Amino acid sequence: MRARAAAPPSVDWARALKDAGLVAGIVVLLAIALAGFRIQDESGGPPLAYRFNDVVAAALIAFLGRLGIAALRAQRAVPVLAGALVFAIALSGVLVFGADEQLLPFQSTVLNGTIALAAWMLSARAAWLVWHAASETSTEVREARMDRLSAQVQKLAWWVGPLLLGLAVALPFLPWADRRLLDIATLVVTYIMLGWGLNIVVGLAGLLDLGYVAFYAVGAYSYALLALHFDLGFWVCLPFAGIMAAFAGILLGFPVLRLRGDYLAIVTLGFGEIVRIILLNWYAFTKGPDGLSGIPRPTFFGLPIAREAPEGGHSFHSFFGLEYSPVDRIIFLYYLALALALLTNLVTLRIRRLPVGRAWEALREDEIACRSLGVHPRNTKLTAFAIGAMFGGFGGSFFATRQGFISPESFTFLESAIILAIVVLGGMGSQIGVVLAAILLIGLPEVFRELNQYRMLAFGLAMVAIMAWRPRGLLAHREPTVRLYHGPPDASDGGPRA
Amino acid sequence: MNPLLSVEHLTMRFGGLVAVDNVSFDAPATSITAVIGPNGAGKTTVFNCLTGFYKPTSGCMRLRHPAHSEFLLERMEGHAIPAKAGVARTFQNIRLFPGMSVLENLLVAQHNVLMRASGYTIGALLGVGGYAAAERRAIDRARYWLERVRLTDRADADAGSLPYGAQRRLEIVRAMCTGPVMLCLDEPAAGLNPRESAELNELLTVIRDEHRVTLLLIEHDMSVVMEISDHIVVLDYGRKISEGPPAAVRNDPKVIRAYLGEEMEEDEEARP
Repeated sequence: MRARAAAPPSVDWARALKDAGLVAGIVVLLAIALAGFRIQDESGGPPLAYRFNDVVAAALIAFLGRLGIAALRAQRAVPVLAGALVFAIALSGVLVFGADEQLLPFQSTVLNGTIALAAWMLSARAAWLVWHAASETSTEVREARMDRLSAQVQKLAWWVGPLLLGLAVALPFLPWADRRLLDIATLVVTYIMLGWGLNIVVGLAGLLDLGYVAFYAVGAYSYALLALHFDLGFWVCLPFAGIMAAFAGILLGFPVLRLRGDYLAIVTLGFGEIVRIILLNWYAFTKGPDGLSGIPRPTFFGLPIAREAPEGGHSFHSFFGLEYSPVDRIIFLYYLALALALLTNLVTLRIRRLPVGRAWEALREDEIACRSLGVHPRNTKLTAFAIGAMFGGFGGSFFATRQGFISPESFTFLESAIILAIVVLGGMGSQIGVVLAAILLIGLPEVFRELNQYRMLAFGLAMVAIMAWRPRGLLAHREPTVRLYHGPPDASDGGPRA
Repeated sequence: MNPLLSVEHLTMRFGGLVAVDNVSFDAPATSITAVIGPNGAGKTTVFNCLTGFYKPTSGCMRLRHPAHSEFLLERMEGHAIPAKAGVARTFQNIRLFPGMSVLENLLVAQHNVLMRASGYTIGALLGVGGYAAAERRAIDRARYWLERVRLTDRADADAGSLPYGAQRRLEIVRAMCTGPVMLCLDEPAAGLNPRESAELNELLTVIRDEHRVTLLLIEHDMSVVMEISDHIVVLDYGRKISEGPPAAVRNDPKVIRAYLGEEMEEDEEARP
């Protein structure tokens, strides 16, 4: 590959043009369907508005971009650098200084920004090629490089973890922390917790569970029903909800854990739907589609966080002599989610170093070898399922107490898919990867909220990008749970990684 | 000599195919018994029956555990055979945990001991019980075996990154870490060069003599088989055709016929 740098190969322009034309064609087809028409609400006017400008702009940008990439592959970096740079500067200039909006390819700022970002990336890559002639690397070299990078990130985790934790703890007191940000943060932390819970099942034990949301639902309904029928508080119900969810996990696990891979995935998917449909149809117990409302809020050691103190008691702010502020409850819920997530993380990190955690990973690696060493495959898988489900149950209880209202609609397959995506994209088994992926996957759609229903495209785009560049997940590097040598990891870890 | 393992009338059918047909043999205690035979003779099937991966169609496998009473292996579940009866095995195609470190591989092998020490996880999570000490003992045991096979300096590397010969050795010592009374090795010398084969012979004799473990091995490499085995069982088409000490088996005309074809009846068939 490097030898090609000396004499740039002749560019097969016909092929590059054909390729770029094909890409542009695909973009046209997609864009006509997705963005070409717009249904108008105003009465009187035509029911449909056409936005073919957008389609043409999208196709043109895709065509040029693809051509640029083809030229880069053929080591023609200078013209690409010039073109991409001019485009990027022009677009960014119009975006920043708000000149004539007619010049912008799309109406949406986020889309324009994304295009500008892509142009900047292309010019950066071209610039890199201009200065470091030929850095066309093979996939293996890149994989190895990325693996080293994520090994470094994992090493950084020693201080990145506490740093993130400090940031998370300080978040409510930061100047720009408003109600909306805290709500999003709570949501992200909830998903981080669920991701960590599912990581036990999928990342460590290697059992593809597509029905994780069932345990989330069991936890939520356990808390809601216990609280509503027996008048129990959140803290009393929390362990019960966890136990119920773990029990559901064992109940599911017993018959299905002899299945492997795809078959297990299908059965767990079915289980997730069964739980949802039971919740929907067992009206006498769960109030079906009406859902359960009036779920009590959590208290701070028995002190409710509310404006009005209960009869003859204190509320949080009156007990501590503080002014009541409506954001208190949001902050409290945020900290509650953070505490639950940290509990999940601590238990997972500890269990990974215990024999059962090693047995989970060994089962993921080779089940037959495990049996030959006297590891009981079914029991070991069941513990993984039960513990993962328990944390799902905790998450569910938190969800119920945060919302105050739950219905089966909240527990669709999409939730399972999102949690699984967080685990897979983060890098299976990587705790900090889950944090990163949760921020990306839950945070990004919030950023792209402007695009309405197409914001899920951002979600899909992130997935495709990671699958293309990092098929094993963002941070897929595994540190041994125990070392014979306690020196710096790379001194003893002499395994060739080519 | 008192046999540790007695296989009696073992038969294994897969549908219409009889892979093992009424095979009986004994494996004397603290000795090396080799099971040999041409490809497809049913050697691995016998191993899979012994280690619980197959349930035999009929027959009986009696293991006289020195510390316990007798185990009937055909009635035990797969994972209980290594855990309770103390029968460990390796595989023809190496089955390590490639993504885990060498040391972790050896610790997984001590799973049941460590599990009890960790109070089935709950004790160790709460910080009670002597798990830390048990883990240190387990690491010491692993270290001993790593030194035996010269893998100490690779202890923290991924098992999958080791060269082939080292992976073979690691699989054997991993099986030894379960603390077995009998070790079944499925073609341990396959793919090893002569020097590595010699080392293997040495390791196996150490296991037999110092650790008093009974060895049962399937092997094609006759230099290994003839040099170290005390007892040889020859299978062909699922039947036992010969049994005895190496010198006797080597000269058994039935064995020669099985390996070299019908003896000199026609010239074309004389070649192996």
